[in-house]
Amino acid sequence: MSSTSDQGRRDFLKKAAAATTTVTLAPGVVLHTLQAQAEPRTTPVTDKVRWGMLIDTSKCVEGCNDCVEACDQENGLDLVNKPEGADDALWERQRPQWIRHVKLKDNMTGRITNLVMMCQHCEFPPCVDVCPTGASFKRADGIVMVDRHICIGCRYCMMACPYKARSFIHADVAEKLTRAPRGKGCVESCNFCVHRLDNGQTTTACQDACKHQAIVFGDLKDPDSPVSKALKAYPSVQIRDDLKLNTGVRYTNI
Amino acid sequence: MTGKRSITLLAILVSSLFFGLGTAHAGEGVEGTAKADKLTSCVEPTPVMRRRHFEFIEHQRDLTVHQGIRGSKHSLAGCVDCHARRDASGKPVPVNAEGEFCNTCHEYAAVEFDCFMCHSTVPGEK
Ligand code: SF4
Ligand code: SF4
Repeated sequence: MSSTSDQGRRDFLKKAAAATTTVTLAPGVVLHTLQAQAEPRTTPVTDKVRWGMLIDTSKCVEGCNDCVEACDQENGLDLVNKPEGADDALWERQRPQWIRHVKLKDNMTGRITNLVMMCQHCEFPPCVDVCPTGASFKRADGIVMVDRHICIGCRYCMMACPYKARSFIHADVAEKLTRAPRGKGCVESCNFCVHRLDNGQTTTACQDACKHQAIVFGDLKDPDSPVSKALKAYPSVQIRDDLKLNTGVRYTNI
Repeated sequence: MTGKRSITLLAILVSSLFFGLGTAHAGEGVEGTAKADKLTSCVEPTPVMRRRHFEFIEHQRDLTVHQGIRGSKHSLAGCVDCHARRDASGKPVPVNAEGEFCNTCHEYAAVEFDCFMCHSTVPGEK
């Protein structure tokens, strides 16, 4: 029985809760308690959690770029500028991208499917298999990342990834965010907004940005999480499931 | 305690080294504008920080990247947050800029460091 005023209040609370992460509230403001669990981690991540995502391709609207823009801002990708003198077309192909739009067309029926693709956070990640230094690794909670302190920029992982999920930083980056360090000569890819998760938040920027609710994120090992419930309720697929990588990102309505 | 007194003495000595360099211009850190300027001690006693800060940061980086531990007193973001000064207009000055906290010592000791090839040099968003 939610009245409109109730809804308004809820929206306000939602926005206010989101704001606590960006603004220091005045002392004594009650909204602090809303973010009670939003404390930075002090204990190691465990395999009791596996982060994953379900993307409903029927809800992903052609021409919409909201999730990509949100990702770019959250992870500072919009601060990476084209190196001086670089070719436009080359830059377009090589600039760092954590989320890509993919359009599938069934040649028989002509049906077109729009989907967004990022690192699929494979359980058996080929990028980790091929990495000569141990920089590519999988965290206990299933997030596949690059430890850029160790990465030598050989780009083996880029070749090995079946999903073209990884980007290479070709030139010095002038401005970086504290939450998203980045430098020349390393490889990077979607990390499920790991800084948010480690600071107690439970959503990714892309999920928050999608007005069409095409992205559901959560803990695959928690049967009550929205993502687990959605996976249980609807048929879903892994892209290139023939590779048997057991991806953490799944798709419906392909 | 004599330890504490000698730290204060040292701090005064060290800071007096950098006083009197003239008034700060835009982009130049103003004396006393870093959070650290208002504190008596770092996250560990000053002599320990001097000798071992890089070990702390390196150890913490592995814990953060691989285990997701963020709420630690040995985080590089914490160093930057506390030691970055502001210029006359209130804008934070990069900690590795000439004459700023990280730069002065590293320059003096001729030790190159790579943290800021990737990490932010001014206090973070969040
Ligand atoms: S999608 Fe690519 S980058 Fe991500 S875990 Fe799988 S192989 Fe690695
Ligand atoms: S580019 Fe870095 S993360 Fe990728 S395989 Fe080489 S060392 Fe490993």
